[in-house]
Amino acid sequence: MAISMEEVEHVAKLARLALSGEEKEAMRCQLSDVLEHAHRVSEVDTEGVLPTSHVVPLVNVFREDVVRPSITPFEATGNASWAEEGAFRVPRIL
Amino acid sequence: MEFETVIGLEIHVELSTDSKMFCSCSAGFGGEPNTKTCPVCLGHPGSLPVPNRRAVNDTILLALALNCDITGCSIFHRKNYFYPDMPKNFQISQYDIPISSGGTLEIDMGEYTRTVGITRVHLEEDTGKSVHVGESGRIHGAEYSLEDFNRAGIPLAEIVSEPDLRTPDEARKFMQLLHSTIRYLEISDCKMEEGSLRCDANISVAVDGSMGTKVEIKNMNSFRAMHRALTYEEQRQRRTIRDGGEVVQETRHWDDARGTTSPLRSKEEAFDYRYFPEPDLVPLEPDEAWVRELREGLPELPGDRVRRFVSEYGLSREIAETLTGERALADYFEDAAGKGQDPVAVAKWIAGDLGALLNDAAVTIQSCPVGTGGLSELVELIDGGVISGKMAKDVLKEAFETGNSPRLIVEEKGLTQIADESELDTLVDEVIEENPGAADDMRDGKEQALKFLMGQVMKKTRGKANPKAASDIIRKRLT
Ligand SMILES: [Zn+2]
Repeated sequence: MAISMEEVEHVAKLARLALSGEEKEAMRCQLSDVLEHAHRVSEVDTEGVLPTSHVVPLVNVFREDVVRPSITPFEATGNASWAEEGAFRVPRIL
Repeated sequence: MEFETVIGLEIHVELSTDSKMFCSCSAGFGGEPNTKTCPVCLGHPGSLPVPNRRAVNDTILLALALNCDITGCSIFHRKNYFYPDMPKNFQISQYDIPISSGGTLEIDMGEYTRTVGITRVHLEEDTGKSVHVGESGRIHGAEYSLEDFNRAGIPLAEIVSEPDLRTPDEARKFMQLLHSTIRYLEISDCKMEEGSLRCDANISVAVDGSMGTKVEIKNMNSFRAMHRALTYEEQRQRRTIRDGGEVVQETRHWDDARGTTSPLRSKEEAFDYRYFPEPDLVPLEPDEAWVRELREGLPELPGDRVRRFVSEYGLSREIAETLTGERALADYFEDAAGKGQDPVAVAKWIAGDLGALLNDAAVTIQSCPVGTGGLSELVELIDGGVISGKMAKDVLKEAFETGNSPRLIVEEKGLTQIADESELDTLVDEVIEENPGAADDMRDGKEQALKFLMGQVMKKTRGKANPKAASDIIRKRLT
């Protein structure tokens, strides 16, 4: 289950990670190992077993449609490195 | 070359719940930036989303109205992307196991009907709003962007249609019917201008039966804009093909002022969303009783109501569609028509003059000053020959402005005509008896006397006697 360098670069790009050549190689090995492990799990006979997306045996956990107070814009943007009149300010996009 | 246009739509509807999809912040429109946020909708680490029961309920209702199958067990996924309109860097959505799929919506184009497949209706959360600060207002050339997360997390139902639409007209009709259907369900206010109803389209042109390249169109903010954009794009693609060129698969932005589409580069481009099941949310398993209750509670939907109005009341399809566009308007019509007057006439007055008055005054039918009884009365006054259709226009206008009943207006203004012969007979007899001299003059053939006697009749009736009928009776009596 080895993955290619191109795949590592693609995933790194999607995750916004700038990796050095050395790091890429390390990632390639580690990700291959992870996939290898997943592959082994998939060899288990799951005939008749329903797909599971969650490990907790719960369904239909809801809240009622009730409004509760929000935090203030000041609190909301308190940890932002750049804010303006209650809005988060972000660098130009593209 | 034979061209065939193929259109599929993707529609987003903001549900009008009180609170957001996964937190208790208000889901109301607008407000000062970030006044409706909390750790959940700001995506703070450690916060836990919990689904809004009503949002799930309303999405199932919508899915049922579109004849979809409700999925026994559906799950939420994270749709990952880097764009500042979601502070979490992902949007909670549904992916391969949506809450519903496999529906239809039938549109009536007059000469034919088309059954449009509904691929799926699923539930997700809305994103925040970016204001790009710079010269153009669009993303390109912006100096920086301001992010407001008031909208982030508002429940959003996504409806995906099959590529079953063939013309911009069909697409518009589909949107109109979908709009009124959603309004009937009272689950969203569906305001395109406020963005609570949004529509993107996929359009391609097939040549001699072989599929064309799909282009996605965004930023169509009204039914009219959608129709113009699709018409423009249809022509652009045909021209490209005819000139030997190739249609490029891309996302294009509709510029309403220019009336053109242009390629858009955005978060949508070349992205791999790496969907994976949302670990913080457990599956949705709406039980049969819940779904049955919703199915049984579905109101009569606009498509069905149009068909019934045509068959039951004998209305034309156009008028039936106008009246059924809003549930309250259709209810108003049925209530008015139930008061015994000709439903076709009632429908014409509602769709015509009353509709124009409501429009001009920006008043909804719910707060229309003319009640259904008043409207029925108006039609009765016309049918009974009391007032003419032309007079009725003024009477309706005054009833709308004053809230008085049409009958009262007609009486107060003396608009009513006494044309009833027995009533006029009695009146003329009285006048002759009270004015024996003039009656004698009339018998002697003095035309002056007729004028005097007519004057007396008019005085008695305060001008409401039908002059022609009254003078005929006087002549009959006294010559
Ligand atoms: Zn919140």
